[in-house]
Amino acid sequence: METFKHLVNILAHPTIMLTVGMLVFLFFFPPNDWFEKWNRRLRLNFLWTKKGFYFVMFLMVVFFLFGLTDPNFSLIIKKPDNVPIIGLIFFVFIFLWISMNQALKNDNLIEAGEKPEEYNDPEDKVLVWPDLVYIEFIALILCMSLLLIWSIGLEAPLEGPANPAESPNPSKAPWYFLGLQEMLVYFDPWLAGVVFPSLIILGLMAIPYLDTNPEGAGYYSYKQRRLAIPIYLFGWMILWVALIVIGTFLRGPNWNFFGPFEFWDLHKLVPLTNINLSEIIYIKWFNRGLPENILVREIFGFLIVFGYFLLLPPLLAKTAFKKLHQNLGNFKFGFFIFLLLCMLSLPIKMYLRWLFNLKYLIAIPEFFFNI
Amino acid sequence: MIMNEEGKKEQTVSGNELGQGSTPTGPTLKEKVRKKEASASIGKGTFEEEISRRSFFSWLTIAWIAFSAATVAFFAMMMRFMFPNVLFEPPQSFKVGYPKDYTVGQVDVRWKSKHGIWIIRSPEYIYALSTICTHLGCKPNWLENEQKFKCPCHGSGFRKTGINFEGPAPRPLERFKIVLADDGQILVDKTKIFQYEKGQWNDPESYLVV
Repeated sequence: METFKHLVNILAHPTIMLTVGMLVFLFFFPPNDWFEKWNRRLRLNFLWTKKGFYFVMFLMVVFFLFGLTDPNFSLIIKKPDNVPIIGLIFFVFIFLWISMNQALKNDNLIEAGEKPEEYNDPEDKVLVWPDLVYIEFIALILCMSLLLIWSIGLEAPLEGPANPAESPNPSKAPWYFLGLQEMLVYFDPWLAGVVFPSLIILGLMAIPYLDTNPEGAGYYSYKQRRLAIPIYLFGWMILWVALIVIGTFLRGPNWNFFGPFEFWDLHKLVPLTNINLSEIIYIKWFNRGLPENILVREIFGFLIVFGYFLLLPPLLAKTAFKKLHQNLGNFKFGFFIFLLLCMLSLPIKMYLRWLFNLKYLIAIPEFFFNI
Repeated sequence: MIMNEEGKKEQTVSGNELGQGSTPTGPTLKEKVRKKEASASIGKGTFEEEISRRSFFSWLTIAWIAFSAATVAFFAMMMRFMFPNVLFEPPQSFKVGYPKDYTVGQVDVRWKSKHGIWIIRSPEYIYALSTICTHLGCKPNWLENEQKFKCPCHGSGFRKTGINFEGPAPRPLERFKIVLADDGQILVDKTKIFQYEKGQWNDPESYLVV
C-alpha cells in the first residue's frame, strides 16, 4: 500500500502527469487518421459505453474512498473548499460521457447510411405543462435539499480576520480561479492575469465565426467534428480542469508541488532556481556578461517569439491545417491560428520552466515587459 | 405631447395669417395666444391647463439645476470618502532602533506586519527590504533554514539580498531609504524606493554602513 502511494506521488508530479495526460488525450480524442487508427486498435471507445462509464466512476469513487484512509490526502479531500472540485471531477466526466456516448452512437448510424438519432427521436418533444414544469420542479427541490444538506453538514471555510501583512501559506485563489493561478506561475502578471483571460473570453466568443463546419449542427457527432472537439476539449480538459485539479490537490506550502499522499512539509526543499533566456545564452553559452543595450540583450527572445507567431501560421496553413486554411480564408485562419498558438504557449512555457528552468524568454524588468 | 400640441397650434396660427392676411380690426389669434403664454408661469398652472412652452422650459431649468446639484453633491461626498478623518496607516518614515540591535547575518522580521519591511544586517551594512512580492504583491515569508524569502501565492523565491531566483517574480524586491537619525537610531523612509534593475542599489542612501 505504501509503495502504491509512493508511486502515485511520483506520477502526480505535473511533468509526468501532464505529459501522460496530453498523450492519452490525443488517443481518446483523435484529431487525425493516425490517432484514430490507434484509438480503434486499442478499443479506447470502450470508455464511452455504459460499461466504461461504470468502470471509470467505480475507479474514481474507490480512489477517493481510499484517499480518505490516508492522513494527508483526507485533509485535502475533506476541506470544505475542495468539495466542489471533487464534485467537478465527477460532473465533468459524466457530461463528457453523455455527449461522447451519443456522438459515437450517431457516428455508427451515419456510417451505416442512416440519420443521427436526434432526427427521429419521439421523446424529443416535451409538453411545457405539465411535463417540463414538473421536471423543473423536481430538479429545484433536489438542488435545494442538496444545498441545505451541504450548508448544514460542512462548516464554512472561514479564516481569521484579514491581515494585509500576512499571506496564508499556501494562498489559494477560489477554486474556479486555480487554473489562472497556475498560469501565473509561468508568466508575468500582465500576460497571465490580463491578456490571456481576455483572449480566452474573446476566443470563446469567436467560436461560431471560426467553426464554420455545418456538419454536426443539431446532433452529436465526433467524426464530423474531428478538429473542433479535440481543440476545445484540450483547452477545457487539460488547460482549465486539469490545472484546477493540480492547484487544488498538488499545490502545498510555499506553492511547491506535493503528491496527493505526501505530507505538506513547510520546509520541503525543491531546487527551482531559474534564469532568463538571455542569461542562458550570454553567460552560459558565450561565457560573457549581459550586454548593456536591452534590445541586444533580449534579441534572441524576440526572435523566438516573433518566429513563433509569424512563421508558424503560414507553415501550419501549408501543412497540418491546409484544408482549414482553404475553408476559412486568410483573415479568419490568421485569427484562429493566433488564438491556438496563444493557447499552446501555456503548456510550452510550463515545460520550458520544468525542464530547462527557464524563467522568461524576453525579460525586460525595466519596463515590466516579460514573456 | 406638449411640444406637439404647441407645434400644432403655431401651425394653425400661421395658416390663419397666410390665408386671411393681416386683419386690421381686433387682436389676431396669434396675439391672443401670446397673451395666454405670457400669463402662464410657474405655480399658476393646474392640471386642466395646458403647459406652455415657456413654463415647460422653466420647470426643466429648475429640474436640471437640481439634478446637477445633487450629482455634484454626490460626487463631492464620494471624493470626501477618499480622505478619511483618521488614518490607521503607520507613518511612511519611522525609526527602527539602533544598529547594535541587529545581529550580523540575521533577517529581522519584527517590522513586517507593522511597517512592511525586513531589516537585514550583512557584515558590511544594513538595508531595508520591501515585503511585497514583485510578481503579484503577496507577502513572502522568510525561511530561516532555507535562507530565502518564499512567496506563498505563486512560489517566487528571493535571496537574502532580495535578488529573485525562483518562480515567476520578474525583478528583485525593492529596498527603502535607510539613514541614521540624529539620536543614533536607524531611520527608514518608505517613500524613497531603490530598485536593483535600475542600478539604484549603489545609491548610498539605499544602505547604511555600520
